[in-house]
Amino acid sequence: MFSWITPDLIAIVWGMVKAIIILLGMVLTAAYMIWLERRLLALWQDRYGPNRVGPLGLGQVIADMIKIFFKEDWMPPFADKFTFVLAPFLAMSLMMLAFVFIPMTPNWGVSNTNMALLFFLAIAGLAVYAVMLGGWASNSKYSLLGGLRSTAQTISYEVFMGLALMGVVIQAGSFNLRDIVAAQDGLWNVFPQILGFIAWVPAALAVVHRTPFDLPEAESELVQGYHTEYSGMKFGMFMVSEYVGIVMVSGLTVTLFFGGWDAPLWFDRIPGIGAFLGEQIPFVWFAAKTFIFMAGYILVRAALPRPRYDQIMSAAWLWCLPIALINLLITGAVVLWRAGA
Amino acid sequence: MDLTFYIAATIALFATIMVVINTNPVHALLYLVLSLLSVATVFFTLGAHFAAALEVIVYAGAIMVLFVFVVMMLNLGAKTEDQERRWLSAPAMVLPAALSAVLLWQLGTQLWPRGYITAAGLQEVTPKMVGIALYGPYLLAVELASMLLLAGLVAAYHLGRHDD
Repeated sequence: MFSWITPDLIAIVWGMVKAIIILLGMVLTAAYMIWLERRLLALWQDRYGPNRVGPLGLGQVIADMIKIFFKEDWMPPFADKFTFVLAPFLAMSLMMLAFVFIPMTPNWGVSNTNMALLFFLAIAGLAVYAVMLGGWASNSKYSLLGGLRSTAQTISYEVFMGLALMGVVIQAGSFNLRDIVAAQDGLWNVFPQILGFIAWVPAALAVVHRTPFDLPEAESELVQGYHTEYSGMKFGMFMVSEYVGIVMVSGLTVTLFFGGWDAPLWFDRIPGIGAFLGEQIPFVWFAAKTFIFMAGYILVRAALPRPRYDQIMSAAWLWCLPIALINLLITGAVVLWRAGA
Repeated sequence: MDLTFYIAATIALFATIMVVINTNPVHALLYLVLSLLSVATVFFTLGAHFAAALEVIVYAGAIMVLFVFVVMMLNLGAKTEDQERRWLSAPAMVLPAALSAVLLWQLGTQLWPRGYITAAGLQEVTPKMVGIALYGPYLLAVELASMLLLAGLVAAYHLGRHDD
């Protein structure tokens, strides 16, 4: 009677269930980052922030979501209809899609492919279309300027984003993120790859358009930039995609430079509980490290002013690109020297 | 994988035709992006994962972005669409179609399997294999391409120079 339930089928269904759990967990984390950001910014600015709805104000996100769902979804009559609708979907889905490559524990993670890092770069390259199309389809000057700025910025920062990550790839000898985590056992990549990390941090900030790289939507000069004309849930998708992007990029930073699920420092060598800390709770380490980076994004927003546009572009081409190239050269030389070539 | 190949190939053909006959420049470029993405899928089904990733990163993610960027900046309006519609007449299509047919026939005769057919996608081409091939037998081609790119870089720098 149950002969159709083969081990293969169970594995496939379990894999799908895991993927859905990861997706829901990631989107919920992203949604609650809005609450976290408002509370943390308030804390650093010596005020309370949203603390009325539910315990600690945790219900604020739910209230906001209900509100944004019931708002009128207005489309400007002068907009290019299809592209106008397509842009927020692209923004949201591409950022979520990039998360499939991030391994959270040795067993949890949606995809385990040998090309993971290349596919991430491909998705990051496509993500710029969301902002471009949003800016162009709105058919308004502020949106178009925001879209143009964003495109120029993203292209400049993508050039060395890939180069900054190639040092990590050379060290691990693989594009597979699980291999990269495994190769960091003992010494996290952030130490030998410090130059790559220095170039990666601004690139990661630029990918998700966060402060100080939020010039595409600089509200003091461009109203809201590329999503000026958006309202209701379409605007909501642009906003949530930013937070999904932060979760995704934080997870990727941890995976690439901070050992993924590896226990930090000497925690796995504490007598008695060391084996438990080192082996049994990989997700706790991954989540804790990712949380630190997510909070770091908020702190950057609280602490730094927005630089001028030309300063952002010259920082990319005159500082980050050379640093990434030097890192690539040094890493390649050291790896070859160690291999005895 | 067979089914994926045929679906992706159909989308690629459809999108490429739309690139030619669409009158809105930005829409035409978006169809071109779609065409490149489906060609990347075709590469993927054939086992060339690295080529597929590069197709998306380089063509769809960088070159086409610049195309769309420029067309967006020109901000071509309804006037251009009318002009395009007028240019897309049947007599104007005859010679390009004939030229394309000759090219297709040439390619077809070259690629048509003579007596044997080998299934594609039996072997996965890894990035390592591509790298070893590029820096082994094709080293000269890589060096020539890099010189060409350097020349382009220098020229672009010269054109973008401020005279002061």
